Amino acid sequence: MEIRIILRGALSGLVAGVLGFTFAKIFAEPLVSKAVDYEYGRDAVLTALNQAAHRTAAPAETETFSRDIQSTIGVASGIIAFSVAMGALVAVAYLVLHGRFALRPSRLAWLIAGLGFLGVYLLPFIKYPANPPAIGHPFTITTRGQLYLALVGCSLFLLGLAAYLAVKLRHRVGVLPAVLIAAVSFLVAYGILIGWMPPLGDLAANVAASNQFGYARAVTETPQPITNILPVPLVIDGKTIAPGQILYPGFDADVLWKFRWYSVINQLLGWTTIALAFGALLDRFIIGRAPRVVPGGVAGEDSAAGEESAPEPNERVPSAAGPP
Amino acid sequence: MASISVPGSTTRARVTPEALSKGRVAVILGGTAFLALAIYYLVGVDEGMVSLFGKTMVVHEWVHDARHFLGFPCH
Ligand SMILES: [Zn+2]
Repeated sequence: MEIRIILRGALSGLVAGVLGFTFAKIFAEPLVSKAVDYEYGRDAVLTALNQAAHRTAAPAETETFSRDIQSTIGVASGIIAFSVAMGALVAVAYLVLHGRFALRPSRLAWLIAGLGFLGVYLLPFIKYPANPPAIGHPFTITTRGQLYLALVGCSLFLLGLAAYLAVKLRHRVGVLPAVLIAAVSFLVAYGILIGWMPPLGDLAANVAASNQFGYARAVTETPQPITNILPVPLVIDGKTIAPGQILYPGFDADVLWKFRWYSVINQLLGWTTIALAFGALLDRFIIGRAPRVVPGGVAGEDSAAGEESAPEPNERVPSAAGPP
Repeated sequence: MASISVPGSTTRARVTPEALSKGRVAVILGGTAFLALAIYYLVGVDEGMVSLFGKTMVVHEWVHDARHFLGFPCH
Protein backbone atom coordinates (compact mmCIF):
# COMPACT_ATOMS: atom_id res chain seq x y z
CA MET A 1 0.00 0.00 0.00
CA GLU A 2 2.79 2.40 0.90
CA ILE A 3 4.47 2.07 -2.47
CA ARG A 4 1.24 2.60 -4.33
CA ILE A 5 0.57 5.78 -2.36
CA ILE A 6 4.11 7.03 -2.98
CA LEU A 7 3.63 6.36 -6.68
CA ARG A 8 0.43 8.40 -6.57
CA GLY A 9 2.33 11.26 -4.96
CA ALA A 10 5.06 11.07 -7.59
CA LEU A 11 2.46 10.93 -10.35
CA SER A 12 0.80 14.06 -9.00
CA GLY A 13 4.23 15.67 -8.97
CA LEU A 14 4.75 14.65 -12.58
CA VAL A 15 1.50 16.34 -13.63
CA ALA A 16 2.48 19.41 -11.60
CA GLY A 17 5.91 19.42 -13.21
CA VAL A 18 4.55 19.32 -16.76
CA LEU A 19 2.21 22.20 -15.94
CA GLY A 20 5.03 24.08 -14.23
CA PHE A 21 7.33 23.64 -17.20
CA THR A 22 4.64 24.89 -19.60
CA PHE A 23 4.14 27.93 -17.41
CA ALA A 24 7.88 28.54 -17.15
CA LYS A 25 8.37 28.18 -20.88
CA ILE A 26 5.68 30.76 -21.64
CA PHE A 27 6.24 33.28 -18.84
CA ALA A 28 9.74 32.88 -17.41
CA GLU A 29 11.93 32.11 -20.40
CA PRO A 30 11.43 35.47 -22.18
CA LEU A 31 12.54 37.15 -18.95
CA VAL A 32 15.52 34.83 -18.61
CA SER A 33 16.56 35.81 -22.15
CA LYS A 34 16.39 39.49 -21.24
CA ALA A 35 18.38 38.86 -18.08
CA VAL A 36 21.05 36.90 -19.97
CA ASP A 37 21.32 39.70 -22.55
CA TYR A 38 21.71 42.21 -19.75
CA GLU A 39 24.40 40.05 -18.19
CA TYR A 40 26.41 39.78 -21.42
CA GLY A 41 26.27 43.53 -21.94
CA ARG A 42 27.28 44.11 -18.37
CA ASP A 43 30.24 41.73 -18.57
CA ALA A 44 31.47 43.47 -21.74
CA VAL A 45 31.28 46.90 -20.11
CA LEU A 46 33.01 45.67 -16.97
CA THR A 47 35.82 44.10 -18.99
CA ALA A 48 36.37 47.33 -20.95
CA LEU A 49 36.21 49.43 -17.80
CA ASN A 50 38.66 47.25 -15.90
CA GLN A 51 41.08 47.26 -18.84
CA ALA A 52 40.92 51.04 -19.07
CA ALA A 53 41.64 51.30 -15.35
CA HIS A 54 44.32 48.56 -15.52
CA ARG A 55 42.45 46.33 -13.10
CA THR A 56 41.83 42.60 -13.36
CA ALA A 57 38.27 41.70 -14.26
CA ALA A 58 36.41 38.64 -13.00
CA PRO A 59 36.59 35.80 -15.53
CA ALA A 60 33.59 35.48 -17.84
CA GLU A 61 31.39 32.40 -17.57
CA THR A 62 31.85 29.45 -19.85
CA GLU A 63 28.91 27.97 -21.69
CA THR A 64 28.33 24.22 -21.47
CA PHE A 65 24.91 24.03 -23.10
CA SER A 66 23.29 26.41 -25.55
CA ARG A 67 20.49 28.66 -24.39
CA ASP A 68 18.20 26.61 -26.65
CA ILE A 69 18.86 23.52 -24.59
CA GLN A 70 18.72 25.32 -21.26
CA SER A 71 15.43 26.99 -22.06
CA THR A 72 13.68 23.80 -23.21
CA ILE A 73 14.69 20.32 -22.03
CA GLY A 74 16.98 21.84 -19.41
CA VAL A 75 14.29 23.79 -17.64
CA ALA A 76 11.75 21.01 -18.29
CA SER A 77 13.80 18.28 -16.63
CA GLY A 78 14.68 20.55 -13.71
CA ILE A 79 11.11 21.59 -12.92
CA ILE A 80 9.62 18.14 -13.52
CA ALA A 81 12.26 16.41 -11.40
CA PHE A 82 11.70 18.93 -8.60
CA SER A 83 7.93 18.46 -8.74
CA VAL A 84 8.12 14.67 -8.74
CA ALA A 85 10.43 14.83 -5.72
CA MET A 86 8.02 17.15 -3.90
CA GLY A 87 5.05 14.93 -4.78
CA ALA A 88 6.89 11.92 -3.38
CA LEU A 89 7.80 13.83 -0.22
CA VAL A 90 4.17 14.87 0.30
CA ALA A 91 3.22 11.21 -0.02
CA VAL A 92 5.88 10.21 2.53
CA ALA A 93 4.64 12.88 4.94
CA TYR A 94 1.09 11.64 4.40
CA LEU A 95 2.10 8.06 5.19
CA VAL A 96 3.88 9.15 8.35
CA LEU A 97 0.98 11.27 9.57
CA HIS A 98 -2.23 9.65 8.36
CA GLY A 99 -2.74 7.30 11.28
CA ARG A 100 -2.75 10.18 13.74
CA PHE A 101 -5.57 12.32 12.39
CA ALA A 102 -9.20 11.53 11.74
CA LEU A 103 -9.14 13.61 8.58
CA ARG A 104 -10.39 12.75 5.14
CA PRO A 105 -7.26 11.64 3.19
CA SER A 106 -7.51 14.45 0.66
CA ARG A 107 -7.78 17.08 3.41
CA LEU A 108 -4.60 15.84 5.05
CA ALA A 109 -2.89 15.82 1.65
CA TRP A 110 -3.96 19.43 1.07
CA LEU A 111 -2.64 20.45 4.49
CA ILE A 112 0.72 18.78 3.87
CA ALA A 113 1.08 20.29 0.40
CA GLY A 114 0.12 23.72 1.74
CA LEU A 115 2.75 23.51 4.47
CA GLY A 116 5.23 22.24 1.86
CA PHE A 117 4.61 25.24 -0.37
CA LEU A 118 5.15 27.57 2.58
CA GLY A 119 8.19 25.86 4.05
CA VAL A 120 10.03 24.74 0.95
CA TYR A 121 9.41 27.86 -1.10
CA LEU A 122 7.38 30.87 0.06
CA LEU A 123 8.85 31.51 3.52
CA PRO A 124 12.48 31.30 2.32
CA PHE A 125 11.47 33.42 -0.68
CA ILE A 126 10.36 36.27 1.59
CA LYS A 127 13.92 36.77 2.81
CA TYR A 128 15.92 35.43 -0.15
CA PRO A 129 13.67 35.71 -3.21
CA ALA A 130 14.14 33.98 -6.55
CA ASN A 131 16.42 35.81 -8.96
CA PRO A 132 16.82 35.71 -12.72
CA PRO A 133 20.29 35.12 -14.20
CA ALA A 134 22.62 38.14 -13.88
CA ILE A 135 21.61 38.55 -10.23
CA GLY A 136 23.80 36.84 -7.68
CA HIS A 137 27.55 37.24 -7.27
CA PRO A 138 29.52 34.09 -8.14
CA PHE A 139 31.90 34.67 -5.25
CA THR A 140 29.11 34.48 -2.63
CA ILE A 141 27.35 31.35 -3.91
CA THR A 142 28.53 29.21 -0.99
CA THR A 143 27.27 31.61 1.65
CA ARG A 144 24.04 32.28 -0.21
CA GLY A 145 23.45 28.56 -0.63
CA GLN A 146 24.01 27.88 3.05
CA LEU A 147 21.73 30.75 4.09
CA TYR A 148 18.99 29.64 1.73
CA LEU A 149 19.06 25.97 2.72
CA ALA A 150 19.23 26.94 6.39
CA LEU A 151 16.15 29.10 5.94
CA VAL A 152 14.30 26.29 4.14
CA GLY A 153 15.15 23.95 7.01
CA CYS A 154 14.21 26.46 9.71
CA SER A 155 10.95 27.38 7.95
CA LEU A 156 9.92 23.73 7.75
CA PHE A 157 10.95 23.16 11.37
CA LEU A 158 9.01 26.18 12.66
CA LEU A 159 5.99 25.22 10.56
CA GLY A 160 6.16 21.74 12.05
CA LEU A 161 6.28 23.16 15.56
CA ALA A 162 3.34 25.47 14.81
CA ALA A 163 1.31 22.59 13.36
CA TYR A 164 2.13 20.50 16.42
CA LEU A 165 1.03 23.36 18.67
CA ALA A 166 -2.27 23.71 16.80
CA VAL A 167 -2.92 19.99 17.02
CA LYS A 168 -2.17 19.93 20.75
CA LEU A 169 -4.36 22.96 21.49
CA ARG A 170 -7.34 22.14 19.32
CA HIS A 171 -9.18 20.04 21.91
CA ARG A 172 -8.65 22.59 24.63
CA VAL A 173 -9.58 25.82 22.82
CA GLY A 174 -11.20 24.66 19.57
CA VAL A 175 -9.81 24.36 16.08
CA LEU A 176 -9.93 27.97 14.94
CA PRO A 177 -8.37 29.55 18.07
CA ALA A 178 -5.73 26.82 18.09
CA VAL A 179 -4.80 27.57 14.48
CA LEU A 180 -4.73 31.31 15.19
CA ILE A 181 -2.50 30.92 18.25
CA ALA A 182 -0.16 28.65 16.31
CA ALA A 183 -0.07 31.03 13.34
CA VAL A 184 0.72 34.09 15.47
CA SER A 185 3.42 32.20 17.39
CA PHE A 186 4.87 31.07 14.10
CA LEU A 187 4.92 34.57 12.64
CA VAL A 188 6.71 35.95 15.70
CA ALA A 189 9.38 33.23 15.60
CA TYR A 190 9.78 33.45 11.83
CA GLY A 191 9.95 37.26 11.97
CA ILE A 192 12.73 37.13 14.56
CA LEU A 193 14.55 34.55 12.44
CA ILE A 194 14.54 36.49 9.17
CA GLY A 195 15.28 39.72 10.99
CA TRP A 196 18.37 38.07 12.40
CA MET A 197 19.58 36.54 9.13
CA PRO A 198 21.81 38.87 7.09
CA PRO A 199 20.72 40.67 3.92
CA LEU A 200 22.83 39.39 1.02
CA GLY A 201 24.32 42.81 0.33
CA ASP A 202 25.83 42.82 3.81
CA LEU A 203 27.85 39.63 3.33
CA ALA A 204 31.52 40.24 4.06
CA ALA A 205 32.54 39.32 0.50
CA ASN A 206 30.10 41.87 -0.93
CA VAL A 207 31.27 44.62 1.41
CA ALA A 208 34.84 43.82 0.36
CA ALA A 209 33.91 43.92 -3.35
CA SER A 210 32.31 47.35 -3.17
CA ASN A 211 35.58 48.99 -4.21
CA GLN A 212 35.34 47.27 -7.60
CA PHE A 213 33.59 48.44 -10.73
CA GLY A 214 29.98 47.27 -10.87
CA TYR A 215 29.68 46.12 -7.24
CA ALA A 216 28.31 49.19 -5.51
CA ARG A 217 27.24 48.75 -1.90
CA ALA A 218 23.56 47.71 -1.72
CA VAL A 219 21.16 45.70 0.45
CA THR A 220 20.90 42.93 -2.14
CA GLU A 221 23.06 41.61 -4.96
CA THR A 222 20.80 43.07 -7.63
CA PRO A 223 23.23 44.76 -10.07
CA GLN A 224 23.49 48.50 -9.52
CA PRO A 225 24.38 50.84 -12.38
CA ILE A 226 28.02 50.56 -13.42
CA THR A 227 29.72 53.86 -12.76
CA ASN A 228 33.24 55.17 -12.88
CA ILE A 229 34.05 54.85 -9.19
CA LEU A 230 37.53 56.38 -9.62
CA PRO A 231 38.22 60.04 -8.87
CA VAL A 232 39.82 60.40 -12.33
CA PRO A 233 38.26 60.26 -15.82
CA LEU A 234 38.78 57.06 -17.82
CA VAL A 235 39.08 56.69 -21.59
CA ILE A 236 37.28 53.78 -23.27
CA ASP A 237 37.34 53.54 -27.08
CA GLY A 238 38.27 57.21 -27.31
CA LYS A 239 35.35 58.27 -25.09
CA THR A 240 36.04 59.94 -21.79
CA ILE A 241 34.12 58.63 -18.78
CA ALA A 242 33.93 61.23 -16.01
CA PRO A 243 34.06 60.20 -12.33
CA GLY A 244 30.61 59.06 -11.19
CA GLN A 245 29.30 58.78 -14.74
CA ILE A 246 26.95 55.84 -15.42
CA LEU A 247 28.13 53.47 -18.18
CA TYR A 248 25.54 50.73 -17.87
CA PRO A 249 22.14 50.69 -16.17
CA GLY A 250 21.18 48.70 -13.11
CA PHE A 251 19.06 45.58 -13.55
CA ASP A 252 15.62 46.30 -15.03
CA ALA A 253 13.21 46.50 -12.08
CA ASP A 254 10.25 45.34 -14.17
CA VAL A 255 12.05 42.22 -15.37
CA LEU A 256 13.01 41.41 -11.79
CA TRP A 257 9.49 41.95 -10.45
CA LYS A 258 7.90 39.85 -13.17
CA PHE A 259 10.40 37.04 -12.78
CA ARG A 260 9.75 36.82 -9.03
CA TRP A 261 6.01 37.13 -9.41
CA TYR A 262 5.95 34.34 -12.02
CA SER A 263 8.20 32.25 -9.82
CA VAL A 264 5.65 32.50 -6.99
CA ILE A 265 2.76 31.66 -9.33
CA ASN A 266 4.71 28.72 -10.72
CA GLN A 267 5.25 27.21 -7.27
CA LEU A 268 1.66 27.93 -6.28
CA LEU A 269 0.53 26.14 -9.42
CA GLY A 270 2.79 23.17 -8.74
CA TRP A 271 1.86 22.65 -5.09
CA THR A 272 -1.85 23.20 -5.79
CA THR A 273 -1.71 20.58 -8.52
CA ILE A 274 0.05 18.15 -6.20
CA ALA A 275 -2.52 18.82 -3.47
CA LEU A 276 -5.56 18.37 -5.68
CA ALA A 277 -4.29 15.45 -7.76
CA PHE A 278 -2.76 13.53 -4.86
CA GLY A 279 -5.83 14.25 -2.71
CA ALA A 280 -8.21 12.98 -5.35
CA LEU A 281 -6.12 9.86 -5.98
CA LEU A 282 -5.90 9.19 -2.24
CA ASP A 283 -9.64 9.50 -1.68
CA ARG A 284 -10.31 7.09 -4.51
CA PHE A 285 -7.62 4.69 -3.35
CA ILE A 286 -8.33 4.66 0.38
CA ILE A 287 -12.04 5.42 0.73
CA GLY A 288 -12.75 3.34 -2.34
CA ARG A 289 -10.97 0.40 -0.75
CA ALA A 290 -12.69 0.71 2.62
CA PRO A 291 -15.37 -1.85 3.55
CA ARG A 292 -18.91 -1.20 2.39
CA VAL A 293 -20.12 -0.32 5.91
CA VAL A 294 -18.37 3.01 5.62
CA PRO A 295 -21.09 5.18 4.03
CA GLY A 296 -23.38 4.55 7.01
CA GLY A 297 -20.62 5.53 9.43
CA VAL A 298 -20.06 8.87 7.75
CA ALA A 299 -23.69 9.89 8.22
CA GLY A 300 -23.09 11.17 11.73
CA GLU A 301 -20.61 13.83 10.64
CA ASP A 302 -20.52 16.37 13.45
CA SER A 303 -17.02 17.80 13.62
CA ALA A 304 -16.03 21.13 12.12
CA ALA A 305 -12.80 19.59 10.92
CA GLY A 306 -14.77 17.29 8.62
CA GLU A 307 -13.69 14.22 10.51
CA GLU A 308 -14.45 10.91 8.99
CA SER A 309 -14.13 7.43 10.28
CA ALA A 310 -13.86 5.91 6.83
CA PRO A 311 -10.16 5.11 6.51
CA GLU A 312 -9.66 4.44 10.19
CA PRO A 313 -10.80 0.85 10.66
CA ASN A 314 -8.86 -0.20 7.62
CA GLU A 315 -5.69 1.50 8.82
CA ARG A 316 -5.72 0.97 12.55
CA VAL A 317 -6.45 -2.71 12.92
CA PRO A 318 -3.48 -4.06 10.98
CA SER A 319 -0.96 -1.64 12.48
CA ALA A 320 -2.19 -2.56 15.96
CA ALA A 321 -1.79 -6.18 15.02
CA GLY A 322 1.67 -5.57 13.57
CA PRO A 323 3.94 -5.31 16.63
CA PRO A 324 3.23 -8.15 19.03
CA MET B 1 10.80 3.87 -10.74
CA ALA B 2 10.84 2.90 -7.07
CA SER B 3 8.29 0.16 -7.62
CA ILE B 4 10.75 -2.20 -9.26
CA SER B 5 12.80 -2.58 -6.11
CA VAL B 6 10.10 -4.46 -4.21
CA PRO B 7 8.90 -7.33 -6.36
CA GLY B 8 5.64 -8.96 -5.48
CA SER B 9 4.43 -6.15 -3.26
CA THR B 10 1.48 -5.40 -5.51
CA THR B 11 0.20 -8.95 -5.55
CA ARG B 12 0.57 -9.28 -1.83
CA ALA B 13 -1.11 -5.92 -1.32
CA ARG B 14 -4.22 -7.30 -2.97
CA VAL B 15 -4.45 -10.24 -0.62
CA THR B 16 -3.68 -8.46 2.65
CA PRO B 17 -3.34 -4.73 2.11
CA GLU B 18 -1.21 -4.14 5.19
CA ALA B 19 1.12 -7.06 4.66
CA LEU B 20 4.26 -4.91 4.70
CA SER B 21 5.90 -5.01 8.09
CA LYS B 22 6.76 -1.85 10.00
CA GLY B 23 10.43 -2.28 9.26
CA ARG B 24 9.86 -2.50 5.53
CA VAL B 25 7.57 0.50 5.65
CA ALA B 26 10.30 2.48 7.36
CA VAL B 27 12.77 1.43 4.67
CA ILE B 28 10.38 2.39 1.89
CA LEU B 29 9.59 5.76 3.42
CA GLY B 30 13.21 6.47 4.26
CA GLY B 31 14.40 5.40 0.82
CA THR B 32 11.80 7.53 -0.94
CA ALA B 33 12.62 10.55 1.20
CA PHE B 34 16.32 10.06 0.48
CA LEU B 35 15.71 9.81 -3.28
CA ALA B 36 13.52 12.89 -3.25
CA LEU B 37 16.08 14.88 -1.28
CA ALA B 38 18.79 13.72 -3.70
CA ILE B 39 16.73 15.11 -6.58
CA TYR B 40 16.16 18.36 -4.67
CA TYR B 41 19.91 18.58 -4.15
CA LEU B 42 20.79 17.84 -7.78
CA VAL B 43 18.26 20.29 -9.20
CA GLY B 44 18.88 23.06 -6.69
CA VAL B 45 22.32 22.86 -5.17
CA ASP B 46 24.91 20.61 -6.84
CA GLU B 47 27.83 22.24 -8.66
CA GLY B 48 26.93 25.52 -7.04
CA MET B 49 27.83 25.95 -3.39
CA VAL B 50 29.10 22.37 -3.20
CA SER B 51 29.72 19.69 -5.75
CA LEU B 52 29.39 15.95 -5.23
CA PHE B 53 30.78 14.75 -8.54
CA GLY B 54 33.84 16.84 -9.25
CA LYS B 55 34.10 20.33 -10.59
CA THR B 56 32.15 20.02 -13.82
CA MET B 57 29.22 22.33 -14.41
CA VAL B 58 27.12 19.84 -16.39
CA VAL B 59 24.24 19.37 -13.94
CA HIS B 60 24.29 23.04 -12.97
CA GLU B 61 24.15 24.22 -16.54
CA TRP B 62 21.54 21.68 -17.55
CA VAL B 63 18.99 22.62 -14.88
CA HIS B 64 20.20 26.21 -14.76
CA ASP B 65 16.97 28.00 -15.69
CA ALA B 66 14.91 25.75 -13.43
CA ARG B 67 17.27 26.48 -10.55
CA HIS B 68 16.69 30.20 -10.92
CA PHE B 69 12.94 29.92 -11.43
CA LEU B 70 12.44 27.51 -8.51
CA GLY B 71 14.04 30.05 -6.19
CA PHE B 72 17.44 28.49 -5.54
CA PRO B 73 20.49 30.74 -5.30
CA CYS B 74 22.63 30.59 -8.42
CA HIS B 75 25.44 32.38 -10.26
ZN1 LIG C 1 22.50 31.08 -12.78
